[in-house]
Amino acid sequence: MSATAERVSIWPTGAWSAAVKGLRRVVREPLGLVGLILVALVTVSAIGADWFAPYDATEINVRNRMLWPSLEHLLGTDQLGRDLFSRVLYGGRIALEVALISIGLAVVIGLALGMLAGFGPRWLDAVLIFAFDTVRSFPTIMFALAVVTLVGPSLETIMLIVVVTQIPVYARVVRTQTLALKGSEFIMAARVMGVGTLRIMTVHLLPNVIGPLLILASMDIPFVVTIEAGLSFLGMGVRPPTPSWGSILNDGYSFISNTPWPVLAGGIPLILTTLGFTFLGETLRDTFDPKLRRIIE
Amino acid sequence: MLTFAAKRLFLGVLIVVAAVSLLYGMIHMVPGDPVKIMLGPRATPEMKEVLFEKLGLNDPLPVQIVNFLGDVARGELGYDVFTGRPVGTIVAEQAPHTIILVLASIGWAAAIGIPLGCYASVRRNTLFDRISGVLTVSCIAIPPFVVALYALLLFAVWLQWLPAIGAGERGDLGSQISHLILPSLAVGLGWVGYIARLVRASMLEVLGENHVRTARAVGLPEPTIIFKYVLRIAVLPTITLLGIGIGILLSSAVFAEIVFARPGIGKLIYDAVTTRNYPVVMGSVLVTTMLFVLCTTLADLINALLDPRQRSGQ
Repeated sequence: MSATAERVSIWPTGAWSAAVKGLRRVVREPLGLVGLILVALVTVSAIGADWFAPYDATEINVRNRMLWPSLEHLLGTDQLGRDLFSRVLYGGRIALEVALISIGLAVVIGLALGMLAGFGPRWLDAVLIFAFDTVRSFPTIMFALAVVTLVGPSLETIMLIVVVTQIPVYARVVRTQTLALKGSEFIMAARVMGVGTLRIMTVHLLPNVIGPLLILASMDIPFVVTIEAGLSFLGMGVRPPTPSWGSILNDGYSFISNTPWPVLAGGIPLILTTLGFTFLGETLRDTFDPKLRRIIE
Repeated sequence: MLTFAAKRLFLGVLIVVAAVSLLYGMIHMVPGDPVKIMLGPRATPEMKEVLFEKLGLNDPLPVQIVNFLGDVARGELGYDVFTGRPVGTIVAEQAPHTIILVLASIGWAAAIGIPLGCYASVRRNTLFDRISGVLTVSCIAIPPFVVALYALLLFAVWLQWLPAIGAGERGDLGSQISHLILPSLAVGLGWVGYIARLVRASMLEVLGENHVRTARAVGLPEPTIIFKYVLRIAVLPTITLLGIGIGILLSSAVFAEIVFARPGIGKLIYDAVTTRNYPVVMGSVLVTTMLFVLCTTLADLINALLDPRQRSGQ
């Protein structure tokens, strides 16, 4: 009786308990716990920016310019009198938005191209690999600067740059996995049974390559957050007056001898975010897929 | 080995050619024409026509790309839109500043990273190892331009120990060195992490090998084993890391040069981007890309030379 009941609900409970078990393993590592807390903090403050922010992030109030932190302005104000705490909250939203959307797109496209390269004819594999190598031959920031010069700075430009530079990274990993799995018995069996190539790729191959790929992608979040902040710091990313940690840092840099607060307010959340995601990503990798360590390093 | 080297070099050249074509093609995919932007809003149609002819923009795109490749091969990278000086000369003038910065950063990062990684591997799983592990990950995770900003704030604005802008007086070594400290701190910090991690990992690998066991059995003192038989092998992958990491190095150099208003390739590109000086942007991006491809190719070759297993392809 109980056995049947268990079998009926095996999928949902199985997945749920696996997730809980995994989370427990991550939290048991001190580094994983710190990472998780930081990531949760950043995510919650980004999602809840509308409720937490005491002021409009773009509201200019020149009379209150460059104030030091007080109860009214928790992190002080910038050179235009804008509340830094509110700007930091909304800046986090931009950072996570860019990271999640662009990495998500790059994962989907990289997955498709990687499987195509691994599964398709040899000439296609060669062409794709060559294309990946060419794109990777530009140092990321140099490539970004060249693209910004041509297309002009915007949020979409940053996302485009991230997608284009990250696709080869993911596609290569997927390709290697696909090649390794191509000759394995369960794929052969599916082939013998007359399963179509598309179905083999999506139903049989995909579940086996997606795990390591997602861990890899999560470890790229700090990298992408840094690129967004970096380009916005150079004035080549998010357009003013939209707040971004990078543009807050840029404002702070211009007035660094007058007030340290914008630089501190823009930089510390950025550091905490990159640290949080890195700690969490490394713990995830070490707990779930220690083999990945070799691929990345 | 020779076949592998030839293949790898050929691939490197092919990649550079593809990258150059891609870069050149990108200009033409963009809506709006570059000549108009180069000349500014007050340009007359005659001026545009002359510049079009001069730049060879009336030819079909593939012909233009081949011509451009020929120019690049001859070392002609075009001319600065504003001053009319050859881009090659400008890049060559700025490059030494960047090279000095990169070398100084790598130098101090290796001087700290190698001993740190070495000691952590010898004291594996102790408190020291764990702390240094967290520190090295943190060094890697913190964005270099934030390090640059905070170094500027702390040492130049608050404490006023070190100068904030420029590369120092010409011919005055002391001033040049004091101008180098903060930028190289920002560029090098992440590398302390990379190097320490890599040295620790490869030390652990080498420590488990047979020749180390033999050395221990013979009764050699531990320091001799570590320094003479383990560390010497374990630092080799660092060389490869530098080859692959030159892109990251150049990227952090861009930020350090901008924050500290220090001359160099990064500052050059940045200034060119903000003034939409196409030829200078393209020229300097090209030079750094070629440098990058050259370094990764060299790293691959060194790797293959040291480890024959790498030559077979995958």
